[in-house]
Amino acid sequence: MAIHEKHLIRPENIKTHDKLVIDGVDVSGHWSTFIETRVVTDYNEQLQEEIAALPGGEYIHRCWQCGSCTNSCTVNAINPDFNPRYWIYLIRMGMESELLRDKEIIWQCVSCNKCTYACPRDVVPEGVMKATAHWLEMKGHTETTPSTIFDEEFTRQVVETGKIEDGRILKNFLLNSKQPLIQDWLIEMVKKMITNLPIKYLFGMGWATLFQPKTKGWGKARAAIEEHIAEEKAAERAALGLDPIK
Amino acid sequence: MSDRKEKYKKVAYYHGCALEGTAQPYNTSTRAIAKKLDLELVDIENWNCCGAMEVKNVDPEIQTYLSSRVMSLAHNNMGQDVVMAPCNGCYHNLKKAEYDIAHKEKSREVVEKISAKADHPAYEAGQVETIHALDWIKFGYGEEELKAKIKGGLKGLKVANYYGCMYTRPRHIFPEKDQGGDSESTSKPHYMDDLLEIAGAVNVEFPLKTACCGGAHTLSDSDTSTKLVLNILQAAEAAGADVIATECPTCHSGLEMHQIRALKRMSAETNVKIIYFTQLLGLAMGLSPRKVGIHENVSNAIPMLKEMKIA
Repeated sequence: MAIHEKHLIRPENIKTHDKLVIDGVDVSGHWSTFIETRVVTDYNEQLQEEIAALPGGEYIHRCWQCGSCTNSCTVNAINPDFNPRYWIYLIRMGMESELLRDKEIIWQCVSCNKCTYACPRDVVPEGVMKATAHWLEMKGHTETTPSTIFDEEFTRQVVETGKIEDGRILKNFLLNSKQPLIQDWLIEMVKKMITNLPIKYLFGMGWATLFQPKTKGWGKARAAIEEHIAEEKAAERAALGLDPIK
Repeated sequence: MSDRKEKYKKVAYYHGCALEGTAQPYNTSTRAIAKKLDLELVDIENWNCCGAMEVKNVDPEIQTYLSSRVMSLAHNNMGQDVVMAPCNGCYHNLKKAEYDIAHKEKSREVVEKISAKADHPAYEAGQVETIHALDWIKFGYGEEELKAKIKGGLKGLKVANYYGCMYTRPRHIFPEKDQGGDSESTSKPHYMDDLLEIAGAVNVEFPLKTACCGGAHTLSDSDTSTKLVLNILQAAEAAGADVIATECPTCHSGLEMHQIRALKRMSAETNVKIIYFTQLLGLAMGLSPRKVGIHENVSNAIPMLKEMKIA
């Protein structure tokens, strides 16, 4: 399979003239095609170090641009703009403004780990995608993404009680991401479920939603986990030169 | 493999959160099979969530700690040296924690620090072996023995075996795979195919065994997940499958949810049924559909199974 290419020439910078004569020579149309000069001066020389300071980004320096990650990528297959190899290249070059052009889709990595499986250099591209998505959020380039809203709600429940409960996760995620609780597919799913389900199961599920499952004696683990996460988050903000959260 | 038969006869059972919620039928059918095959499942008492696919995105070492606590309970509180996890997420995370604790100093330090503060012994690499429900049946009961237990069988039911991402990737956390002999393959897994063939199914040639269902973003980026799932459903139908057999609750509920969502949002209808492999094995052994929780599935396979006289 071919390596999926992506080049730095932007379509709007390719110029042709329908009518152009230079020194008496007619160079109309494709003969006159040229690429407008673009000078990149805004390199962020810290970009690679900043990504590497976030969880998952540690091994970005190993990349030798073979393209196996993009070639195997699940999301690339449905959106060719989703291009891990290209983003790793930009980060290593420090080309922040180029990276920001794709800022709204980087979070869409589905963590299938096909890239990590294929990578001959153990870059862990899946981790780099997560680190980059977090970097974009921390630097304020993107809003908190739906993925992060979901991860944080899930983690909050686990840290607080040791366990999660599906119904509560679904409800809180829809609320936190400002989506309606009534979704057409959800209604259809519930309808299908109750067709065959004995009533005691429905009670069981309702019970779990009302009385959240908990791990007994979880308090000390919770405190230690919260302390650790706070330390890590502070270190990450410091590595990116951001002020501590008050 | 008689040593594994001895070792897996009684295992610590880590069913995790999903099998108490959306994946209840996977739990029901796993327990029903254990009873039928006389394999002992000892529930891990006072377990916690392994961290699933989410906690690592907030803090990877916390995910490692969460998974390590489960293995510590099995080893230190129960004296068990095998943990069986039917959920791909749990299985994956325990395997990953095992790898990270053995190979990464930071992971080990965080696990030791938090375990000490939480007043329990820190898990040490190598104290337990984590296995999937597929390993448990294939080696703990044995394929020859399973043949003898099939009653009625699956009567040529055409099955696409779907393993998803977390059972095989990334490869380095599964050092026992790709070792030749009867070890599992990470590029073309076959343990579920093997068991269902014994149970009388016809396994179709399914190219998307380890494709991704978009489970990590099933709610947060539903359109992407719907596209990925639709691709899997349509590929299974094109391969001639009546059923997609699953061994992961995230995949299973993702396929169920997005089969409906694809119809609602993209007017794309697919009719392939989605059934846990443990449910299919149970039916093949003569257990009733109710015993293996077929009625708890969203995708309604009862009419088809009745027509084929499997249920």
